[in-house]
Amino acid sequence: MKTEEIIIAGFGGQGVLSMGQMLAYSALIDNKETSWMPSYGPEMRGGTANCVVIVSDSRISSPLVSKYDTAIILNQPSMEKFEKAVKPGGSLFYEESTIIQPPMRTDINIYRISALREAERLNKKQVANMVMLGAFLEVKPIVQFESILAALKKVLPERHHHLIPINEQALLKGKEIISEYLKEPV
Amino acid sequence: MEQFLINPDCMVYDNHPVTLTGEPFHYCPGCGHGVIHKVLMEVVRDLGIQEEVIGVAPVGCSVFAYHYMNVDMQEAAHGRASAVATAIKRVRPQNYVFSYQGDGDLAAIGTAETIHTVNRGENILMVFVNNAIYGMTGGQMAPTSLIGMKTATSPYGRDAASMGNPIKITELLAQLPGAYYVARHAVHTPNAVRKLTKAFKNAFEYQKLNRGTCFIEVVSNCPSGWKMSPVQSIDWIEKNMLPMFPLGDIKVPDPKTGDPVMVKNN
Amino acid sequence: MEKQELKGKEIKLMKGNEALAEAAIRAGLDAYFGYPITPQSEVMEYLTENIPLRRGLVLQAESEVASINMVYGAAGAGARVMTSSSSPGMSLMQEGISYIASAQLPCLLVNVMRGGPGLGTIQPSQGDYFQAVKGGGHGDYKLFTLAPSTVQEMVDFVFEGFKMAEKYRVPAMLLADGALGQMMEKVELPAEGQFPHVIPDWATTGKKEGRKQNVITSLFIQPEKMEQINLDLQAKYKAMEIEVKSESINTEDADLILVAFGLVARICMKAAELAREKGIKVGVIRPITLFPFPTEVLNTTADRVKKFLVVEMNAGQMVEDVRLSINGKADVQFYGRMGGMIPNPEEILTKLESMMK
Repeated sequence: MKTEEIIIAGFGGQGVLSMGQMLAYSALIDNKETSWMPSYGPEMRGGTANCVVIVSDSRISSPLVSKYDTAIILNQPSMEKFEKAVKPGGSLFYEESTIIQPPMRTDINIYRISALREAERLNKKQVANMVMLGAFLEVKPIVQFESILAALKKVLPERHHHLIPINEQALLKGKEIISEYLKEPV
Repeated sequence: MEQFLINPDCMVYDNHPVTLTGEPFHYCPGCGHGVIHKVLMEVVRDLGIQEEVIGVAPVGCSVFAYHYMNVDMQEAAHGRASAVATAIKRVRPQNYVFSYQGDGDLAAIGTAETIHTVNRGENILMVFVNNAIYGMTGGQMAPTSLIGMKTATSPYGRDAASMGNPIKITELLAQLPGAYYVARHAVHTPNAVRKLTKAFKNAFEYQKLNRGTCFIEVVSNCPSGWKMSPVQSIDWIEKNMLPMFPLGDIKVPDPKTGDPVMVKNN
Repeated sequence: MEKQELKGKEIKLMKGNEALAEAAIRAGLDAYFGYPITPQSEVMEYLTENIPLRRGLVLQAESEVASINMVYGAAGAGARVMTSSSSPGMSLMQEGISYIASAQLPCLLVNVMRGGPGLGTIQPSQGDYFQAVKGGGHGDYKLFTLAPSTVQEMVDFVFEGFKMAEKYRVPAMLLADGALGQMMEKVELPAEGQFPHVIPDWATTGKKEGRKQNVITSLFIQPEKMEQINLDLQAKYKAMEIEVKSESINTEDADLILVAFGLVARICMKAAELAREKGIKVGVIRPITLFPFPTEVLNTTADRVKKFLVVEMNAGQMVEDVRLSINGKADVQFYGRMGGMIPNPEEILTKLESMMK
């Protein structure tokens, strides 16, 4: 990997920003260059939220880009905004139950993830974001999985540290379902 | 035999103390500022705290207070003396800090800073000189100008309906829990000067206790702005200012508990 | 924030605003006075959480007006002091800053800019360039103005800002923007206690026996005296020119130079990379100090390069200083976005391509 430019987008409350922070923390632990740029302001409260994460082996110039290697999409408005922003040959991961109109592009790799369903099976729908993140990392292991686990401790406030095991399970679940998905004939 | 012309007990002026620089006051004849400066600095001398005092000068007639008061001083922007004094006291809690402001400075442009400084109970002495007029800019209406009072910007007299009422900010501030000692004094008679001296002394002593803000209003005069002779202005204080701004303690520490309590009839 | 030891250095992942606040504590901050405003409220939040456990004092004032006058008071009493705000709040502080400049008090001011004019937007902007580098308040004065472009520089320039402020007895301004305040990056933090502060002899600390009273004032009512103060200030601003800093990237072979400060400079670096992929030789000059302004490097570069594009998040402010620096030697064009919009590398590339036709 040289540089991976990622957009993570969805509604506020879906854990979009914390997913991005976990990637950035993991990159730090892996001694890579990283930046995390959030959308901020009133839109965070219930509206759309997104963050751009860049992980690189070299100095990062712009922390803001308009074309992405990867888009991780958790709602329909974000799909409409960011499907077209994926670089040709890039990847788009989306949470299937939140998307009405699936992506149509044929020049990118598209991964439909049933993250919410898997999270509900774990009796914790809040960890759907971790299922998405696990799936992404299985396809693009830009940071070490151990680093992601370590980053969990940093991103989760201490009062939520009892939730670390369930988050780990969700991450592993994401890895697992994408592996099966990749085996399926498209 | 000249010295017997004035009863020594009535002397409010002796040779300038070391706490005054000796520079002649620029104030108009009869103005109260000079007396207030003098009294304040005599107290600093008598308490032996000249090396520990830091003062804050306002914008207004007493803008050059630091020319006369021989202590370390800062000149604040208009209305902000209490914010400046807050910061000085916060970074140098071992020092005695006072601010010195007029009515426009403290009770108009600086109202927010005044209220919040007292509300935080900053351990400073705030000296508030109320002469009901803007002296330095040429006699315009002040927040404390009396109803009917003619000034450069109320030439037909202050009209409450269109210009608002004189603000009794001292009474207002006394309500705040951060206020430790609140009193209103004057300098128009030797007796009043003696009472003010005692009040300043109390205020500096209380500052050592770190219990809150000491706020002393001094009802003063402005012969030039009021367009009167000094003697007439003294009379005018008695007749017009004092009924609106009665003298005395408003909030004082309880002698037994040390907690600040409101004084009755105020 | 958790920390991690990497090769003996303390490395953290931090938001720009928090990194700035942490740096201030490590720089030996004595006092912070401020008032909340988006997008920089994290600065005071971080300080109110951390200062009680470490050293210094923090006070939430009743307004930006009170804050800046508290900065005046504390600086006048010899403390190492700072405030931070965002554009509308900074406008409120301008009177106080003018007094601080006139009274020659060192302090650090931080403006995490947002879109204006008016209440505007909370999204990032560079609309306060003029306000920062041309004085901002009344009278002739300057702020030593630093423009960070990374979270690391949000840390480094706190130290640099205090250093310059104290060296020259001027207010220093750290001119950032909302995106820099909110974004997270890797930062390397210097250890605490390495930047000692001596209370200056001019400070109001109490008139000790044998010395004259110290007075902090900006009132010099005699015109002759006031003019002399102005001359002294101007001489000082002239002397500060040796502290000018800028960064030049790939300018040696460039046919076109992008000039930008802060975060926009990094977007320009990306645009320059894209341009080079297309065979257009583009370099970037990033002014790091906005006052003093890197006039010299721009002027000499213009001896060889004849096309300049200034990119800003405003209607064209620094471009005026670039034009003055280049003084007609080259074509200087401008591309800007306003109101909280951030230019992206592709739109800058489009503009570059149109200039090379």
